[in-house]
Amino acid sequence: MEQLEAFATHYNYFITIFLMVAGLYIVIARGNLIKKLVGLSLFQTSIYLLYLTPAKIIGGTPPIYDPAYATYSNPLPHVLILTAIVVGVATLALGLALVVRIHEAYGTVEEDDIISKDGQL
Amino acid sequence: MLPFDDVTLMMAAMAVPLITAVFILLFHKTPNLREGATLIGAAAVALIVWSLLPGIMAGERPGFELVQVVPGLSIAFELEPLGMIFALVAGSLWFLNSVYSIGYMRKAGEPRQTQFYICFAVAISSTLALAFSKNLFSMFLFYEVLSLSTYPLVTHKGTESAMKAGRVYLMLLMGTSIALFLPGIVGVYVIAGSIDFTPGGVLADAQATPFVIGGLLALFAFGIGKAAVVPFHFWLPAAMVAPTPVSALLHAVAVVKAGVFSVMKVVVYIFGIDTLTVSGANGWLVYLASFGIIMASIVALNQDNLKARLAYSTVSQLSYIVLGAALATATSITGGTLHIVMHAVGKITLFFCAGAIYVAHKKTEISQLDGIGRLMPFTMAAFLIASLSLIGLPPFGGTWSKWFLALGALDSQYQFAVAVFMISSLLNVAYLMPIVMRAFFKPLPGVETGTPVKMAEAPLTCVVPLCLTAIGCLVLFFVAEPVADLAQLIELRADGTQTAGSTPPVLGLNANDR
Amino acid sequence: MTAVQPHLPILLILVPLFAALFTAFMRSGNAAWGLTLVASWVLPVIAVSMLLEVIGSGQPIVYELGNWEAPFGIVYRVDTLGAFVAVLVTVIGAVAMPFARLSVACEIDAHVQSWYYTMYLLCLTGLLGITMTGDAFNAFVFLEISSLATYAMIAMGQHRRALVAAYQYLIMGTIGATLYVIGVGLLYVMTGSLNFYDIADRLATMPPEQLPSVITAVGFLVVGVSLKLALFPMHVWLPNAYAYAPSFGTVFLAGTATKVAVYLLIRLLFSVFGVVIDLDDLPILEILIVASVAAMFIASISAVFETNAKRMLAYSSVAQVGYITLGIGLANQSGLTGALVHVFNHGIIKTALFMGLGIAAYRIGTCRMTDLSGIGRTMPLTMGALVLAGLGLIGVPGTAGFVSKWYLVVGAVEQGWWWLAFLIVLSSLIAIVYIGRLTEVIFFREPTGAAAEAKDPPWSMLAPMLVLVLATVYFGFDTSWSAGIAATAATELLGGIK
Repeated sequence: MEQLEAFATHYNYFITIFLMVAGLYIVIARGNLIKKLVGLSLFQTSIYLLYLTPAKIIGGTPPIYDPAYATYSNPLPHVLILTAIVVGVATLALGLALVVRIHEAYGTVEEDDIISKDGQL
Repeated sequence: MLPFDDVTLMMAAMAVPLITAVFILLFHKTPNLREGATLIGAAAVALIVWSLLPGIMAGERPGFELVQVVPGLSIAFELEPLGMIFALVAGSLWFLNSVYSIGYMRKAGEPRQTQFYICFAVAISSTLALAFSKNLFSMFLFYEVLSLSTYPLVTHKGTESAMKAGRVYLMLLMGTSIALFLPGIVGVYVIAGSIDFTPGGVLADAQATPFVIGGLLALFAFGIGKAAVVPFHFWLPAAMVAPTPVSALLHAVAVVKAGVFSVMKVVVYIFGIDTLTVSGANGWLVYLASFGIIMASIVALNQDNLKARLAYSTVSQLSYIVLGAALATATSITGGTLHIVMHAVGKITLFFCAGAIYVAHKKTEISQLDGIGRLMPFTMAAFLIASLSLIGLPPFGGTWSKWFLALGALDSQYQFAVAVFMISSLLNVAYLMPIVMRAFFKPLPGVETGTPVKMAEAPLTCVVPLCLTAIGCLVLFFVAEPVADLAQLIELRADGTQTAGSTPPVLGLNANDR
Repeated sequence: MTAVQPHLPILLILVPLFAALFTAFMRSGNAAWGLTLVASWVLPVIAVSMLLEVIGSGQPIVYELGNWEAPFGIVYRVDTLGAFVAVLVTVIGAVAMPFARLSVACEIDAHVQSWYYTMYLLCLTGLLGITMTGDAFNAFVFLEISSLATYAMIAMGQHRRALVAAYQYLIMGTIGATLYVIGVGLLYVMTGSLNFYDIADRLATMPPEQLPSVITAVGFLVVGVSLKLALFPMHVWLPNAYAYAPSFGTVFLAGTATKVAVYLLIRLLFSVFGVVIDLDDLPILEILIVASVAAMFIASISAVFETNAKRMLAYSSVAQVGYITLGIGLANQSGLTGALVHVFNHGIIKTALFMGLGIAAYRIGTCRMTDLSGIGRTMPLTMGALVLAGLGLIGVPGTAGFVSKWYLVVGAVEQGWWWLAFLIVLSSLIAIVYIGRLTEVIFFREPTGAAAEAKDPPWSMLAPMLVLVLATVYFGFDTSWSAGIAATAATELLGGIK
């Protein structure tokens, strides 16, 4: 019962962990370069959740000072994650650009085919 | 002899070979000027080194610090009697060897002679710097420079077998030095807090257990691969692919003597002979060196290649010196020091002869030498004299070093070592004399006995140096006393109470009480 | 100067950042090179003056961005270590720039040359930012700026394998950075702060039952940064990335990128966690030592069997990073000094070595061992310098490499770990084998093919290499600027350990 309660009150952490592990698994297990990037994106996204979960306070408002409200959410993690999203997008864009170039150079985006075309790297 | 103070002379001794190297490079298009530069440089070095002698005999210890690399680790020099002897040997023989090299290299038509002379000069510079070193770090530095600068000399021929030998040479010398010598230095640094060569030894007051002392001794004895202690000796026979002048100066004098000199210096100034004898940590090295002496001699018996036989003989003779150090009595240290000189002069003569035979008749195997004494009487006479000196027969220099070594063995706890010296002398006879006998008493193939043959010696520049060194063997018998005096100036103890010649206390027993 | 003096930490970042902005809009590669050169030569002046100030005052330089004081705003805090690494990075950049022009002109398509310089400047921005910042999240942003620029630089290599190498590095690097962010997030949740020193203060008063979360954070952070610094066995991206990147990219990255990641690891372990978590109780140091020893041997042995000289040196880099992390793992004065001084020494040695190969690539277009045979006969200056730098890599006394090894071995023996001392020196023997093999190929074989026609390059390429090789020798004798400062930095860092 206790575990169940811990699960119920901390479910967003479990979602975070699930996304994290699933993303990492896709990166490792898939041979398709685009799918790998999808996994990588998923992995990064899980972090956004990790940061935002403790920052959002139930019943809290945006931190704009007003005598009517006493509870505020923490703005800092939100800002950090805004930055992290930018970094993630940039990474994904660069990754996809590389895949396009790899496809031009090798005619495939499958890791196994690339290795067989070049011999062992 | 020269109107400079000793520190300037020490700097000059190390710098002149390097300056010579620059001139050799500048004159690489005109061989006569190039060889002229070598000769002038070598003569200058010999003169400088001899000029240092009076000061040392008078008890001065000139020294200076070049640069401190990190705290406690500096490149510093200080000249003391042991280093003086080594510097005299290396510095003087470089000149004779240069004369010999010119004759040999031109006659044999070796390629890349500029590179050869440059590496030679750098090697001599680092040998002298090693002889002058004040601490283990400086010694280690120049030890490595010596390995690196002689590597191109070993691979000089450029053939596949020369490359292979070069690999063995470099891997073994650098390998042992980095893997064992360096940890040894670090060990001394951490245990004693200093790596300066100190009379009486820096480890004397360090309260180290016999196990630690024995372990450190092993790191040095094996780490100084140039001393060719069994089982790290096989680089020396391999290095014989080098041109003979290289074998002569580097593998009978500079490189191998740098090894035994380092061992000797470490034993005397790092461990201190009392530390070793009291802890008994030197025992295993006594046995190992004894084994090496006998084993290498037996292996030498079976070599048909003249240079290979001489190489194994060198391995055996080097172990004499290591044994002298390992016995760690005042007399054995004197004997070992003397043997550095005597063996250097004798062995360089033998290598000169081997080279002369090669350039004159292209013969490398002992079985080809039948009757060659009739063609090359001067060379083979020199060979005979040097052989007798190595065997230790009077009236040649080798007598004295063996005498002191045997006395040292009697002083020590390891009296069986006397027997080792005697047996090995017999083995020396067995592997050196047949060469002489073959040369003088066997008939020259294809020539009727009794018919006169025309002399066919090597070029004069080869024959003169080898005759001079052979005469040196003879002279050293009569002037051994100054050399021994110098060797006895080595400060074995911190208080200077007992210098060489008297017996140290062995397990609380003094020889005078016995 | 006095007006600028207080703003040096931010200038160190703004100069390359704005230079990057301008070069991105330039069409001519040479013009972009000119601007990059100016920027690269200004930076060492800034970095050195900061280092002098820190050493002179004995106090770190604190720069509050927008006048927001810690822990509310981002604060740049420059101590001896940070300034030391910044000097290394900027000096290598400055020395390498003259080399860059011909090398880039020969290897990169004309229309993207200016963008290549943009990438270089952005990479420099990120690396310098990490050394300046005192903020954990800010460090992540800079890490990613430099990494993204690096991926692009590598992808511009001539061979199509460069693309795959860049992709591999992108995946590994992003995983590393993400793990780092997870660690930072956990720390933020536990302490409510992102400032390294503020975190350290708050951890010191943390109740012990909360420590498990912090230790989890330590795990994430260390693994994340280890990926970036190519700690064995997380090094697989490095050999390909270095081997197929354009020569100038390899030259710059080999000397700086992993070194800055090492800086971050040291910062985390000693400045942040060292204060609260008794590092002896956590097996992190032991794990570091095991991984380092494995790197020293396995990567060195891989180097021995390489047929491409550039990849060989790349594997050697993995091994050398092992020496650095080993010194970190020893966590005593001598060991940490050894690690820091090796950061410096390996930086200059490896840069010189890759410059040598870059010159070979410029002349003969390849770095395969078979194509390099006998090239020492036709390019004696370049290859002679290469071998000298190789001796530094082995750690021959009289070169900078020896000084690092000395401190590391002393550090190991002081711990009483003789076995480790022997492992350090034994692994150096493997370096003799691969450097010896390279030497044999380039000097003792007959020149064939393109190597027979090669000759020493123009001075603009040769001089930077010679400067670094001379520095390798110089820092083997005078160590007041390398080991001296490293020792000061090590003392500062170890002050934080209980």
